[in-house]
Amino acid sequence: MNATAVTPAQAGAHTTQIWAWLGAIPDPEIPVISIVDLGIVRAVRVSADGGCDITITPTYSGCPAMQVIADAITEALQARGVRPVRLHTQISPAWTTDWMSETGKAALKDYGIAPPAQRVIDISRLRTGAAAAISRRAHPAHPAHPAHPAHPAPTVACPHCGSTHTEITSQFGSTPCKALYRCLDCREPFDYFKCH
Amino acid sequence: MDDKVNYLLRLGDNALILSQQLSRWCGKGPALEEDMALTNVALDLLGQTRLWYDYAAELEGAGRDEDALAFLRDAHEFKNCLLLEQPNGNYADTLMRQFYFDTWHYFLIEGLTRSADPRIAAIAEKSLKEVTYHLRRSGDLIVRLGDGTDVSHAKTQAAANALWMYSGEVFAYDTVDEAMVAAGIAPAAADLRAQWLAHVDEVFTEATLTMPPADAWMQSGGKQGRHSEHLGYILAEMQFLQRAYPGATW
Repeated sequence: MNATAVTPAQAGAHTTQIWAWLGAIPDPEIPVISIVDLGIVRAVRVSADGGCDITITPTYSGCPAMQVIADAITEALQARGVRPVRLHTQISPAWTTDWMSETGKAALKDYGIAPPAQRVIDISRLRTGAAAAISRRAHPAHPAHPAHPAHPAPTVACPHCGSTHTEITSQFGSTPCKALYRCLDCREPFDYFKCH
Repeated sequence: MDDKVNYLLRLGDNALILSQQLSRWCGKGPALEEDMALTNVALDLLGQTRLWYDYAAELEGAGRDEDALAFLRDAHEFKNCLLLEQPNGNYADTLMRQFYFDTWHYFLIEGLTRSADPRIAAIAEKSLKEVTYHLRRSGDLIVRLGDGTDVSHAKTQAAANALWMYSGEVFAYDTVDEAMVAAGIAPAAADLRAQWLAHVDEVFTEATLTMPPADAWMQSGGKQGRHSEHLGYILAEMQFLQRAYPGATW
C-alpha cells in the first residue's frame, strides 16, 4: 500500500485484511494457535501514511516470546507492503485466557493441550477481598489438599479421551502458561493451559 | 534521587535478585516439577523487573535503560531487601524465603493495583495473577514440608527461624516509602504487616510450624543499599558478561 490518501472504506477493508494476515502468525511456543486466537493482538489501526499501528499485550510479564512475536508481525506485514509497522505494547487491561477464541481452544485440544477450563481469577473480587483469595481456612477437613473457596479447582478434561477424571501433577509445565496433569482413565499425561 | 524512581528501583531490585537466586536452581531442583516451577517463577519475576526498571529509567531520564540498571550498578546501588539475597541453602530455606516474600508481595501488589500512579497500577494489575499463583504454590509447599516427615518439619522450622529476622524489612518504611504512601502511590506499612502476619500464621498453623515472635528484632538496610556479603557474589555472577565484555549483545 502506498503512502497516498486512504479513504475510510479502504482503511476498513485494509484493517480486516491486516487482522487476517496476523491471524496466520503462529504463537512461537504453541504453533497450533495463532497470536490472534491467543488474544495477544489487542488493536490494529491503519494510518493515513499507509502504515499501521499494532497493539500487542504479553501473556505473562516474563513471556520470552514477545520479541519473537513482535518481529514476526513486522516481517509479515512488511512482506505484504505495509510500512511503517509501529508496534505498541500494552499491559493494561492485563491479558486473560478469557480472550482466547473458541477456534484457539479447539486447536489446543486437538494438539493435546487441555484448554482453560473456567473463567479467570476475578481481579475485582481480589481487590475487595485480598485475604479471601488466598485463604486456606475454609477446608480444615482436608488440610493436605486445601481448596480455595474463591477459586475452586477447575474440572480439567483430558484432551485425549475426554475423561474429567484427571489430577494435577505440577502447577507449572513447559511454559509459564501451562500446568501438568494426568488422566486417571487413559493414563496419559498432558499439558493444561491454565486459566489466567 | 527522586523518591518515585527510588521506590520503583526497590520493587525491581527485589524481583531481580530473587529471580537470579531462583534461576540458580535450574537443572538442580529436587524434582523435575520443582525445577520447572522455580524457573517459571523466576521468569515471572524477571518480567516484572523489566516493567519496574523501564518505568524507573524513563522517569530518571538519565539515559540508563533496564540493562544498565541490572548489569551496571554495584552492590551499594541495589535496593533489594536483605531477605532476597539470603542464600538458597536447602530446599526449605529457598521455599521459606519465597513464602515470606510471596506473602508480602501479594498484599503489596494487590494494594498497588489501587495506586494513584496509573502506570504503577497497570504493572500491579499485570503482576497480580502471577503473584497470586506464586503465593498459593509456596504456601502449599510450606504446609507439605512442615506437616511432612520429622526431617522436613525440622528443616522447615529451622528455615522459618533463621529467615525471620529478614522478614520485617519490607515493613520498615523510610522517607521514600512514606512519600509514596502520602502521595497515594503505595499502601501503608501497618496494613500490609497485619495482613502478612495473619496469612503466615494461618499457613504455619496448618503446617504445624511455630511462628517466631512478631515483635522480634529485625534486620534492615538493604533498601538503603547496605547489604550483606551475599549480594556481591550474586552480582559477580549475574553481571560478569557485561563487566567483562561491555556492550555485548546476543
